Amino acid sequence: MKYVEEYRDPQLAHQLLDQIHAVTTKPWSLMEVCGGQTNTIVRQGIDDVLPVGLRMVHGPGCPVCVTPLEMVDKACAIAVRPEVTFTSYGDMLRVPGSTSDLLSLKARGADVRVVYSPMEAVRIARDEPSRQVVFFAVGFETTAPANAMAVIRAHELGLANFSILVSHVLVPPAMTSILDDEECGIDAFLAAGHVCAVMGWREYEPIAARYRVPIVVTGFEPLDLLEGILMAVRQLESGRAEVENQYIRAVRRNGNEHAQDAIRRVFQVADRTWRGVGRIPDSGLELAPDYLSFDAAKRFAVDDIATLENPACIAGAILRGTKLPTQCAMYGTACTPRTPLGAPMVSSEGTCAAFYNAGRVGEPLTSATA
Amino acid sequence: MTTMDGVSQPGGLAGAACPTPHVEAERVLLGHGSGGLLSAELLRDVIIPALGAAAPKGALEDGAVVHVTSQDLVLSTDSFVVSPLFFAGGDIGALAVHGTVNDLAMMGAMPVALTVAFVIEEGFPIADLRRVCASIGSAASAAGVPVVAGDTKVVGKGAADGLFVTTTGLGRRLPELTPSAERATVGDVVILSAPIGAHGTTILSTRAGLEFEADIASDTRPLHWLVATMATAASHEIHVLRDPTRGGVASTLNEIAQSSDVRIRLEESAIPVPPAVGAVCEMLGLDPLHVANEGCLVAIVKRDAADRVLAAMRTLRAGEDARVIGEVVDGAGPRVVMRTRIGSNRIVDMLVGEQLPRIC
Repeated sequence: MKYVEEYRDPQLAHQLLDQIHAVTTKPWSLMEVCGGQTNTIVRQGIDDVLPVGLRMVHGPGCPVCVTPLEMVDKACAIAVRPEVTFTSYGDMLRVPGSTSDLLSLKARGADVRVVYSPMEAVRIARDEPSRQVVFFAVGFETTAPANAMAVIRAHELGLANFSILVSHVLVPPAMTSILDDEECGIDAFLAAGHVCAVMGWREYEPIAARYRVPIVVTGFEPLDLLEGILMAVRQLESGRAEVENQYIRAVRRNGNEHAQDAIRRVFQVADRTWRGVGRIPDSGLELAPDYLSFDAAKRFAVDDIATLENPACIAGAILRGTKLPTQCAMYGTACTPRTPLGAPMVSSEGTCAAFYNAGRVGEPLTSATA
Repeated sequence: MTTMDGVSQPGGLAGAACPTPHVEAERVLLGHGSGGLLSAELLRDVIIPALGAAAPKGALEDGAVVHVTSQDLVLSTDSFVVSPLFFAGGDIGALAVHGTVNDLAMMGAMPVALTVAFVIEEGFPIADLRRVCASIGSAASAAGVPVVAGDTKVVGKGAADGLFVTTTGLGRRLPELTPSAERATVGDVVILSAPIGAHGTTILSTRAGLEFEADIASDTRPLHWLVATMATAASHEIHVLRDPTRGGVASTLNEIAQSSDVRIRLEESAIPVPPAVGAVCEMLGLDPLHVANEGCLVAIVKRDAADRVLAAMRTLRAGEDARVIGEVVDGAGPRVVMRTRIGSNRIVDMLVGEQLPRIC
């Protein structure tokens, strides 16, 4: 596959690995922010071939994982209404709420449909005017522009039967929240390439300077991650703390300004609760006053639903990177992708699911396969 | 079962001037499943002619008599609910024939006879039913297996999604061929007959609302000739035969590893993934190893017979890309592991949950 295979070349991967081994003289902890990067690292076994002491910590960048239980409960409360067609990306359907999940509601007769784009939900609203069509707008800065465009489109079409349940979160406030944590042992970040394709990296510059932490904007293919790791380690070993861009084929410093305009037009920054992390000020998006009529939480009056998380689940520590999934007593026993207790086990990009699907059980892989 | 009796006029009504019922020729009606006149018409005018040469011969009885001489008979059944019914490279009819023929083949058996049962939703277009039956007919004829019996039920609108097809196949096992998921042995090699992922990605990419069209077609095809050819090169040395349908190669190999209590090691670079399949998987976030196939098989073969088996497979189109993709190794715990392109090891797990929509 053109433009993908080039970034999986085994020979180049080995060259980068050799360079990483050559420059690493001390133990370092690197956090990759995005769930897609976690998936590549675990599936390709990249952390298995890094120098001993160079540790990858899996960050909070899985949108499904950080969506609070309360938001899933709100989604379920809306989806069971007979007039509602509830649309969502597939991964959100299996996320357990406190009493049910969207897939189970579908089996009991709720009109829940998987879509691959919010524009598909707008089309359903246009084609089926008797239905109240709700789209579950989750995700980081990456999905926000498409969701903003869906609202703008629905507004242009005058669709009174379309709304979105918003659970949007932003990366930079999550990073500063992790860095402010006393337990935090993160030495450098691999920033999420796709988020930066939208937002650019200007907002990361003050973070790198204030916390003296290298930040490398990194892509998602094996070679991207290896190069991002190499760039971060080089900074650490030479005492630099800058924002660098590994993902030059997709990211510019100012990002995609059209996409940012769409986000600013439809959304405004707001406090958000992150699953397992808690409330982080100014860490998410909500609909701006001009578009409040598209707010499903208000339209279906579910704003007062408040839910506590499962106390056995250590999702917070996992998402902050202070614990590994294999350090959780529930991991692989009570909590599996079939019976997820918390969100990081639900999405394939979630840290726990990525570990589980790669068969991580605490034993080193290489000795097990020798 | 197919019956033609019970369609005589009820007594005492001769001469009563009932209005002639509207003749609906385009859609399947509830009455088409009544066992009465409409049922007989549907069989006579639509299903039997469309099945063509594969159709039952002579009067339609309550069951079929099959003449067999071998002791080892293999029986297999499968239901097909694929959506959409028609897709690039095939349709539910071809799939229903190939699915059951291939299940027999994976037991080392050549198909002797098939039965077909339809559950049809009221209102289903007759033209589509005819098309599906014609496809069953040509797939069965091409595979050299007759359709000897069948059944048709019609359910109310909304009680089924268009058309469901169940096929049952009877097969005769080739002498000396005794493949079983329990027979994988340390030292064996894993052979894959063809590139993976075409069927599942075709269905996913033709799904309504998915806004891309990939240049891709289902690989649905019969595999019993391939098995017969392999059997000319080896017999007892062919330890396991499986067709990696739902759940893909990953799930199939995990099942084998568990049944045989062995560890299977794959080489990622040896597994052929067509570019279009790879592209669809990238876009939808799927692992090609988890995607369904309908036209390839996995064979686990004693190492010293592998070259002979591969050479035989490559004489047929269905096996022209056959290759070794891994081996059965020692190790604690039944697992499938894979050496990635960058030289690290990862564990290949079974598919959890479902890939929407229905794929077979």
